[in-house]
Amino acid sequence: MSNYICHDHEHDGIDRRGFLKCMAWAGTGVLWTVSGGVLVSKTLAEVAKTGSSLPKATDLSFLQISDSHIGFSKEANKDVTETFKIALDRINAMPTQPAFLIHTGDISQLSKPEEFDTFDQVLKSCKTKDVFYVPGEHDVLNDGGKLFRDRYLKSVEGKGSGWYSFNKNGVHFVGLVNVVNLQAGGLGQLGDEQLEWLEDDVKGLSAETPIVVFAHIPLWAVYPKWGWGTDDSERALGYLKRFGSLTVLNGHIHQVLRKVEGNVTFHTAMSTAFPQPEPGKGPNPGPLKVPAEKLRSMLGLTSVQYKQGKSALAVIDSNLS
Amino acid sequence: MITPTPGIKTTALLCAISLLNFSLFALAGEMKDGTIAKQNRIEIKDFAFDPQKITVKSGEKITWINRDGEPHTVVSVGKKFQRSPGLDTDQEFSITAGAPGTYEYFCSVHPKMTGTIVVEK
Repeated sequence: MSNYICHDHEHDGIDRRGFLKCMAWAGTGVLWTVSGGVLVSKTLAEVAKTGSSLPKATDLSFLQISDSHIGFSKEANKDVTETFKIALDRINAMPTQPAFLIHTGDISQLSKPEEFDTFDQVLKSCKTKDVFYVPGEHDVLNDGGKLFRDRYLKSVEGKGSGWYSFNKNGVHFVGLVNVVNLQAGGLGQLGDEQLEWLEDDVKGLSAETPIVVFAHIPLWAVYPKWGWGTDDSERALGYLKRFGSLTVLNGHIHQVLRKVEGNVTFHTAMSTAFPQPEPGKGPNPGPLKVPAEKLRSMLGLTSVQYKQGKSALAVIDSNLS
Repeated sequence: MITPTPGIKTTALLCAISLLNFSLFALAGEMKDGTIAKQNRIEIKDFAFDPQKITVKSGEKITWINRDGEPHTVVSVGKKFQRSPGLDTDQEFSITAGAPGTYEYFCSVHPKMTGTIVVEK
C-alpha cells in the first residue's frame, strides 16, 4: 500500500493541493470519496441532513481492474488466470461491494474467443455483476474489435468503435476507445468521429457534474517513445476542462502513475497479469519478469480517494500480495 | 494388412515431388562461392523490425518472425498488402512481394514500430 500525497505536513493524509481540490468540490455541493477504485459521493445537502461532517461513503462505489491478458503464459506470469481470480477474491472480500466494475482493457492476450470465454467464466465468481468495458489493443488484434464489441459493448450500445457514456448517481461516465485504427508512427488515437461525439455528449451537462473518463491507453503523455500516450487526447480534454471534477482512469502501462492538473486527476491502474517497466527503464515496454515472490506485489487494484471532512485527496494502490 | 489406396499412393508421390522441389529450392539458394543467398527474413525483436528496411525482388517471399514476448502485427500503410494476424512469440507471417515499389508497414499494436519494403523488378 502506498499513497500519493506529496506534502503531508500534518501527517493526516492531507496535502494543500488535496485540500484545495476537495474544497473545490465542496463548492460545487458534492463531496467525494473514491477508494480502491471505489468512488463515493455525497451532496452537501445530504451531509447537512444527517448532521454528519464525515459522511459515510455509501452513495456510489465502483472499482477499476485492468490488463488481465488472459492467454498470456510466459515467464513474467505463467498463470494470469489465477492472479485474475485473486483480484476478484479481493473484491469479493470488500466489506461493501462496489456497484460495478470498470475494466480498462486488454482482457485477452491475443483476442482469441477462448481467452474471452475464460475471462467471462472466471468473472462469474465476482459478487459484483455489472461490468463496464473498453478494449485494449490486445483485444482488437484481428478484426478491429468486432468480436469485443459484440461480446462486451452491445449492452451499452457502444457507438463507432465502441465508445459510450452513462450516468450513475449524478456522475457522468465516459468510456472511450483509443486502440482502433492506429496510424503508423503514432500513439493511441480517438479519431474525429469519437471526438465529435464526446463534444456533443457532454455539451448539455452542467460544469458541476463530476466526470469520470476511462480508456485503455493513457490520455496523457506518459512516455510517447513507448507509445504510452494518445495523439488527440488534448482535444478530448479540451471538451472536458470546464468541469469542476474530472477523473481519467487508464490501464495499458501495468503500473500506477498519477498526475493532477488543476481539476483533472489522471490515473493508471496496475494489471492483474504482469508488471511492465517504469517509463524508459529497460529496452522496451514488454512484460517485466520479477522474482516470483515479488510478482503479486506488482499486480492489483488501485484506489483514488477523496475524503470529505478530512479534506484529503489520496490515491491508494491495493496489490495482490 | 492394409493395401495402400490409390489416393494414398498419390499423396506419397506428391510428398516425394514436394521434397524434390524443396531440395531444388535449397540448391538454387546456394551461391557459386558456397554461401547461402540472403533470405528475406525480418525479425521482430525489442519492439522493432530488424532489418527496418529490406529490398527484395518481385515474386520473392518475405517472412517476419516475432521474437518478442509481446504480440505484434504487420500491417501495410494504405492496405497495400494483406495484414498479418496477431503474431505470438516465435510465430511467423509471410507474404510474396508483388509489384515494384516502396511499401511502408507498421505494427498496429505498437504503431511506433514501422518498417519499409522496397520491391524491385
